[in-house]
Amino acid sequence: MFAVLIDQFWSLTIAGVALGFIYVLVSLGYTMVYGVLRMINFANSEIFMWGTFGTIVTSRDIFGYTQTSAPATGPKLALVLISQLLMSMAVAGLTAVFVEFVAYRRLRAKGTNRLATLISAIGISIVLSEIMRLLTSSRPVGSPRVLEKIILTEVWGANIRLDTIVTIFAAALIYFLLERFVKLSRMGKAIRAVSMNEDAAKLMGVNLNRVITTTFLVGGLATGAAGFFYITVFEYTKFNIGFTMGMAAFTAAVLGGIGNIRGAFYGGLFLGLLEVYASAVLGTQWKAVTVFVVLVLVLLFKPNGLFGEAVQTTRA
Amino acid sequence: MKIRNYWNLRDFGASTWENASRPVRVAIALISIVLVGLLPFMGGSILATPIASFDAVLVYPVGMFVLMSLGLNIVVGKSGMLDLGYVAFFAIGAYTMAILGTTTGLNTWEIMPIGIAFAMTAGVLLGIPTLRLRGDYLAIVTLGFGEIVRLVVLNSSWSKGPNGIANIPMPPNLGPLKFELENQKVFFWVVMAMIMLTIWMIRRLTVRRPGRAWEAIRQDEDAAELMGVPTLKYKIWSFTLGAAVGGAAGVLYASKNLYIAPEMFTLNVSILILACVVFGGIGNIWGVVVGATILGYLPDRIRFISDARLLVFGLVLVIVMNFRPDGLLPRKKREKAIVKKGANA
Repeated sequence: MFAVLIDQFWSLTIAGVALGFIYVLVSLGYTMVYGVLRMINFANSEIFMWGTFGTIVTSRDIFGYTQTSAPATGPKLALVLISQLLMSMAVAGLTAVFVEFVAYRRLRAKGTNRLATLISAIGISIVLSEIMRLLTSSRPVGSPRVLEKIILTEVWGANIRLDTIVTIFAAALIYFLLERFVKLSRMGKAIRAVSMNEDAAKLMGVNLNRVITTTFLVGGLATGAAGFFYITVFEYTKFNIGFTMGMAAFTAAVLGGIGNIRGAFYGGLFLGLLEVYASAVLGTQWKAVTVFVVLVLVLLFKPNGLFGEAVQTTRA
Repeated sequence: MKIRNYWNLRDFGASTWENASRPVRVAIALISIVLVGLLPFMGGSILATPIASFDAVLVYPVGMFVLMSLGLNIVVGKSGMLDLGYVAFFAIGAYTMAILGTTTGLNTWEIMPIGIAFAMTAGVLLGIPTLRLRGDYLAIVTLGFGEIVRLVVLNSSWSKGPNGIANIPMPPNLGPLKFELENQKVFFWVVMAMIMLTIWMIRRLTVRRPGRAWEAIRQDEDAAELMGVPTLKYKIWSFTLGAAVGGAAGVLYASKNLYIAPEMFTLNVSILILACVVFGGIGNIWGVVVGATILGYLPDRIRFISDARLLVFGLVLVIVMNFRPDGLLPRKKREKAIVKKGANA
């Protein structure tokens, strides 16, 4: 049972870390919005899905790559990858702002109950996923391979592939930049102020609407970046991939203590590794169950998430 | 009765009911029951659904949605706990029916209490540890539970995994009333009876100790606890009663559908049922009934735009929530009820 885990420990670990970083970025979308609004951004999974399509459209339609064309090299590679990333982030960021505008703003102005907002977010996520389903006729869309999956080196019997390395380092960089933004910038300070105490922040002259829109935007950008990395690693998307990803990322956010950014980081990595190890030990079909069981246990014994308590004071 | 009450359907209904004498009430109730009972014969009218047969639509989704929404309303509406895994109880009921129905000689009516008991047991087992959590955390744990049930069923051999269970027996005939696939009027009447039973149960409970405890918990759990309400106990009760209704719906659904598979019990069902509750008017029985009827019926009515119907569904959710955040028929505000009682006296 554990033979697979022991045999392939290091390659599993690397895959888990890469997956974990994708989770980290998506769960930022949940955790940022939760921190500010104390509400689940239900449409974040669809925002992610739109981001993956943004990535594919860039390489396929703008740069004209097809399933059979040769992977890019040199400066062209960098150009394509970066524009894919930016496109995915832009699409997801704009979608997130749109979601906030349509599903949240009016209800927030009315000061209504949270469930109404939840249902309106569910409504908008159905709309987003249905639009994409109609556009793609429910078919999965494959991504042309831009980044060749070269095996760079072998460490402890594990193959280190280029796309995994790119994912890990670029995602870590984006996470770092976002964290700095929230920590250091003026807007980030406003975001943290609102998440600590909305009324006090308003009294201090923080423009609440602008803060909330920015929060959605930043969460969307992170989620969009995750969409790009997801495509780089898995090379395929469909109108309904958001659901599984959303569930996992949300779990990650809760594991780390929802509402704080560093929690999303630890939670995402933890969940990525856990998922990969669990599927090696129990088989892929049980990995989601393992994830949920762990989540339930964590919530029962440490309801603020694994890292919630410790990081709470430096809530960011 | 004030004139403006005519504009407010809910208050108009409530005050008519309160001011009516007993025979009038009985008459109103009987007439409504007969009218609703005659619904399956309206298939030829403007109500007709283009593709699915009208009887079938009335049973599932409409009737089942109403039943499950009423069950979920006990949890979400009455005691204010957000449950995103309600489909789990529906699945437990359905699989109890499927497995016992295909392996033993028991019929639907004999399996019904067993299914309800299983669902309630699951409710208690899940409730005891998790109902200490609040708000969104509870929502996530229940969501996780719903997914666990589905995944276990999907990956186990006793449930035949993704293939599902076929050849589930239909309910035995009730005297002259025959259960048929082509003609589901009898199923509709059974669902209707179950709905009425549930409504009766909720109405009775609401005015008694559990109902008051739930209301207190919903408004302020800490205050309720301080006032001596055993909150955990009543939360578990509410959760378990909701589970019972979901389990009953599941048993009937399996017996009606003759075939069940794990893909019928996804998170989407939980969300849809929750949408019914919130859309109609959370906490208000009639609001929930109206909401579930509309949301169950609408996608089938607009099948002619077949491909875009879910899109329209999503848009309707967003628009209605933006303009009527408390639902179509919201519950009465507490103060309002008190003022009106004073006026009547």
